[in-house]
Amino acid sequence: MANDRRGDVGGEGTGLPDHELLSASDVTRTIARIAHQIIEKTADAEHVVLIGIPTRGTVLARRLAAAVAEFGGTEPAVGTVDPTLYRDDLRRRPTRALEDTQFPEGGVDDALVVLVDDVLMSGRTVRAALDALSEHGRPRSVQLAVLVDRGHRELPIRADYVGKNVPTSRSELILVSLTEIDGEDRVSIRRGAGE
Amino acid sequence: MKHLLTVTDLDAATATALLDTSDRLRQALLGREVRKLPTLRGRTVITMFYEDSTRTRVSFEIAGKWMSADTVNVSAKGSSVSKGESLRDTSLTLSAMGADCVIVRHPASGAAHRLAGWADKDQAATGTHTSIVNAGDGTHEHPTQALLDAATLRDRLGSVAGRRIGIVGDVLHSRVARSNVFLLATLGAEVVLIAPPTLLPVGAAQWPCRVSHDIDAELPGLDAIMMLRVQAERMTGGFFPSSREYAVSYGLSEARAAMLPEHGVVLHPGPMVRGMEIAPSVADSARAAILAQVRNGVHVRMAVLYHLLAGAPE
Repeated sequence: MANDRRGDVGGEGTGLPDHELLSASDVTRTIARIAHQIIEKTADAEHVVLIGIPTRGTVLARRLAAAVAEFGGTEPAVGTVDPTLYRDDLRRRPTRALEDTQFPEGGVDDALVVLVDDVLMSGRTVRAALDALSEHGRPRSVQLAVLVDRGHRELPIRADYVGKNVPTSRSELILVSLTEIDGEDRVSIRRGAGE
Repeated sequence: MKHLLTVTDLDAATATALLDTSDRLRQALLGREVRKLPTLRGRTVITMFYEDSTRTRVSFEIAGKWMSADTVNVSAKGSSVSKGESLRDTSLTLSAMGADCVIVRHPASGAAHRLAGWADKDQAATGTHTSIVNAGDGTHEHPTQALLDAATLRDRLGSVAGRRIGIVGDVLHSRVARSNVFLLATLGAEVVLIAPPTLLPVGAAQWPCRVSHDIDAELPGLDAIMMLRVQAERMTGGFFPSSREYAVSYGLSEARAAMLPEHGVVLHPGPMVRGMEIAPSVADSARAAILAQVRNGVHVRMAVLYHLLAGAPE
């Protein structure tokens, strides 16, 4: 469930306004900070690839790659992997549409792969993405970068780079907006609209 | 989607979703050594073919296997059908064994509909929710062929909407033509049937397409041309004087292929009778997307299985 927006159907009308967690400039700063951390932690890696999880993870991966290049690192190759076909909850929901899967030329063999997603919650999406990734090659190692970690893990998965830790209750929704898709950069929380 | 019986059940959004899924599946498998997705693990897919077929049956089987479904093939020859078992009982038996999906080809138009009706009715008794896919019923429909043709046209032309597509030949006996006319029209294409009057069905005037008897006049205006096989096995009367005359009047010769616009695509659902409806040099030319059709067939059928079997039951 990369972004809670996907489950965001009847969210309106709870009467409570969305509470802003990150403004546009916060989002830019956060991405810059993660980019710096990636440069630091991957300094000795020859081949770094950022793989985004659609749809907002892919946008974040592209931005991170550009930021890494801007701050003096070697611009990493960018790809995208759709975890849908590897999910463990397909039978619990109506058929999900598939998203893009594109690997950079040169693949991911022996690369240091950084998986990128917008929101980390149960860890099930990341688990599925790891399975999908392993079908396309054998990375030297895999790291995980997320814009928001909201807790509620159901699997032993943790992020190497976290934009913001947000303690949430399951009844809340995290809404991530990115300019390329939503017209603005913003992260907010909506109370009482989740599970 | 519970069954796939006819393309007329598909609206433009659903058909487009199927084609998109097919593209994504192709992407997901691109450049991989192991072409296997875990998506349909534990699901059982049975192909039940009462008519001969190479590409459709194999293509469905590969589609199922690439998605990790267990696929079982039943053909009328060598099954209890030859002992006199009715379609009804065969269907009950397969459902009772836990078939999640039965892909059926049958010489009788409407066979898939009957099976789907029984599958819905028997769900309580057999304990299995069986989806039926029509893989060709008599002269009625062949939905997955039309979907793979649309996928191929989308690849080659960039879009289906607004394109003019000619379907040439034995429309009367062709379930491929029928499915294509309706699906392509749903997707916004302009369809022209080109055939001698004897090979057009009576109802064709009510279909969402235009009818022409002059292939040479139509060729320059077509974005794609689909050549149909003359179905000798279904021909009982005199539909045209001789195969030589048919080839001369409606066959796609090299000279005719040259009359298509630069980007014009040539399709054939196969199996081809080279020298009859299509000249060998045209079938092997760069215009021909015939092998692309076969390749897309696997991905489109994977998409159909995904939409029928992967999500929660409706």
